[in-house]
Amino acid sequence: MEFSRRDTLALGAGAVALAVMPFQVNAAADEAIAAFTGGADLADGGVTVTAPEIAENGNTVPVSVEAAGATSILLLASGNPTPGVAQFNFGELAGSQSASTRIRLAGTQDVVAIAKMADGSFARAASTVKVTIGGCGG
Amino acid sequence: MADGVKPRVKAPKKAAAGDVVTLKTLISHKMESGQRKGKDGNLIPKSIINRFTCAFNGKNVVDVTLESAISTNPYFEFEATVPEAGDFQFTWYDDDGSVYEETKSVAIG
Repeated sequence: MEFSRRDTLALGAGAVALAVMPFQVNAAADEAIAAFTGGADLADGGVTVTAPEIAENGNTVPVSVEAAGATSILLLASGNPTPGVAQFNFGELAGSQSASTRIRLAGTQDVVAIAKMADGSFARAASTVKVTIGGCGG
Repeated sequence: MADGVKPRVKAPKKAAAGDVVTLKTLISHKMESGQRKGKDGNLIPKSIINRFTCAFNGKNVVDVTLESAISTNPYFEFEATVPEAGDFQFTWYDDDGSVYEETKSVAIG
């Protein structure tokens, strides 16, 4: 297949649009993170996200989060039309700071967890999930 | 959306005092995300369960805020400490104002 000048330009424009898109989507996730942390620094480690590497059906993806010593964990899907997934607040009788649930993912993206520790610090973890069929009604 | 909503909870009937037990909950609910289009091409309005709480004898175990990215039939698995005999109270809050409740008793032994 040969590319004419016109085809090449169109391809280039498409590639640029694709490259710019994730940043716009991530901006909404960043805002949600900022609202949760109040702009505090995010440490790596201390929180784990367990998600499948490849999810065939984005409608129900099993995800579990764990953060020992956390008071609450915010879960975000950075590539969804609305990034919010859930916020777990652990009470005095929580046996461990972990929870599992099933979430919807619109496409291949990072699932991000932000944990608020008892001492007021924040930790972040992310896990990339490849989604074959999106779960947001395409 | 109060039809056909059925909460299901799996909890142990017995535990030793101070034990950590695993609780599994599932509630049948469509969790309409507000992103889907109906047959007429219009968006179906969002209708989800927006909050789930679990408490033991009135003391909070976990309080979850749900957003539209939670799957149909929201499922949660988490752990709780059982300090004494009593009841687990599970509560789901629907967008339409309905509240669904379930109670599980735990004996010490």
